Amino acid sequence: MPDQNAPTGKAMIEISGVTKKFGAFTALDRVTATINEGEFFSLLGPSGCGKTTLLRLIAGFDQPTEGGIAIDGQAMEGTPANRRPTNMVFQSYAIFPHMNVLENVAYGLKRLRLDKAEEKRRVEEALAQVELGHLGKRRANELSGGQRQRVALARALVMRPKVLLLDEPLSALDKKLREQMQVELRHLQKQVGITFILVTHDQYEALAMSDRIAVMFDGQIAQVATPKDIYQRPVTRRVADFLGGMNFVSAEVAAQNETSLTLKTRGFGQVTAERPEGFVVNGGAATLGIRPERLRVLWDDDRSENEIAGRVVDRHYFGEITHLIVEIPDLEMPLSVIETNDFGADDIPVGSQIRLAFDPDALVALRD
Amino acid sequence: MIKTLTRGWLPGYAIFYIAFLYLPVMLLPIFSVNSSPIPVFPLKGFSMKWYESLWGNDIMLNAARNTLVVGTASAVVATILGICAARAITRYRFTGKRPMSGVIMAPLVLPEIIIAISLLLVLLQFGLGLSLMTVIVGHVLICLPYSITVLVSGFEGFDPSFEEASADLGETTFGTIRRVTLPMMMPAIVSSLLVSFTISLDEFMVAFFLSGREPTLPIYIWGQLRFAAKLPAVLALGTIMLIGSLILLTVAEMFRRRAARKTLTEAGGLFA
Repeated sequence: MPDQNAPTGKAMIEISGVTKKFGAFTALDRVTATINEGEFFSLLGPSGCGKTTLLRLIAGFDQPTEGGIAIDGQAMEGTPANRRPTNMVFQSYAIFPHMNVLENVAYGLKRLRLDKAEEKRRVEEALAQVELGHLGKRRANELSGGQRQRVALARALVMRPKVLLLDEPLSALDKKLREQMQVELRHLQKQVGITFILVTHDQYEALAMSDRIAVMFDGQIAQVATPKDIYQRPVTRRVADFLGGMNFVSAEVAAQNETSLTLKTRGFGQVTAERPEGFVVNGGAATLGIRPERLRVLWDDDRSENEIAGRVVDRHYFGEITHLIVEIPDLEMPLSVIETNDFGADDIPVGSQIRLAFDPDALVALRD
Repeated sequence: MIKTLTRGWLPGYAIFYIAFLYLPVMLLPIFSVNSSPIPVFPLKGFSMKWYESLWGNDIMLNAARNTLVVGTASAVVATILGICAARAITRYRFTGKRPMSGVIMAPLVLPEIIIAISLLLVLLQFGLGLSLMTVIVGHVLICLPYSITVLVSGFEGFDPSFEEASADLGETTFGTIRRVTLPMMMPAIVSSLLVSFTISLDEFMVAFFLSGREPTLPIYIWGQLRFAAKLPAVLALGTIMLIGSLILLTVAEMFRRRAARKTLTEAGGLFA
């Protein structure tokens, strides 16, 4: 069955050269990005990277110092938040405490002056979408965190925005509920087909939910890609590091062309890797990265074309996986290896010699 | 040793303290229903005649009316100014914020007689005649620190994202104030009105200096104290004012606590 609400590829939000300064502090530095219609787009980065600032500029709570934002082809300069086709789910949820759930959800509809039956129908539809139909009469202080979040979602969705903005909506929930809400949010987005923009500092959340992720550092977007690409093909060391564990291996550029780099390493031999966007050969040194789970322990007589031998110096048990720290004679930094426990990686003694297999394709060249 | 000492002494001290504080006040209602005009024990008999005598007293009723006018006007003006100040203090950062808040709070610690005399001098300099208006001006000055304290405690728990959420849902700035800000702040606002009114109600010094020929109740009472025969009626009036103040303060505190609960914060109030 074709997915009706898949991203169409049509631009919904165009951010062009947006800079935002708060006094002497530059929160956003010439950010340019396009977010498509029907897309689940995440802004991922550590706190202070400018992701929330960017979301607030889209919502219209703040104005860019330079540059502009267009939503659905309309330039938003001078358009206040109350006239933008966006709605927001706040980090604190901001459920009005002097109103019950129904009144909260109907809040924005009141201004549209719909007839009573139509208003009621839309409120009920929105509450049903977030599975809260039975709690209409409750007040904000009688709701759990997860329920508040659903009310905030319903209150925004009932307005039928072109873009739904989510500011760290799951950060206040406990781990179980958070994971459940990740699935539900993704489901809801597919169902309503609206563009969702999620701000988060949690890389797993971004990876699990998004069509595309923009990773931000210091007010700039470092990379925009699909979750799989951003995890497997990060372009910079910082992106690689933020998205999970990464072994960094220093290398020398042996040959290069526009699309690829041939790199000589100690330990991993000669590797040809994709040339990251914006890579500049500077003195011939480069960095390669390989994810810990892409290194595989070779047992007994197993052989691989690509092997690397070393000594286990530390071992951490995590239930379903074991984290091994392996010292390789040729490498300055020990490798970190994640192995599932189904073959007994949790029993490998510290101090023993092991061999590791790697796939040369899993080695990515990184920009500094 | 110390433990047994404190066990013996502390409750005794506390009881003495409370008695010293409240027993004299308790005498007021007791003598106000005593049929003898002289406030001494033993009591002679129960009588409501002093209360009845108040009703026919036009001068007293006029003073009571003045007090109500001054109290209501001072409470409204102090609360409106207090809302603006409390919002500025809790929401914005600006140069001179700390000294400004300090200056606003100063009437709390300045001797009232100083405030009263200074105000009188200024008003006379400007050639303004003394009237209830001038009392209101003085009372606003005195009520403002209390009003601001109550309102700041209400506004502090008010997350700016409530107003942003309202704007985000399409509401205008004015609509947001009407539908979100005021309803959420209402308990704090009512509390500020009641506290200000109560303070104005029994304020003597400023009213004495600035009221001209329009006495308020405390001025009237002070005037009556010169006549021994009028004392029981004054006690009756004092009892009514005491009970009124107590009720107002209790209601004010109830509203303040409700405000704190509503905004999901527990901020310390005037009487917490």
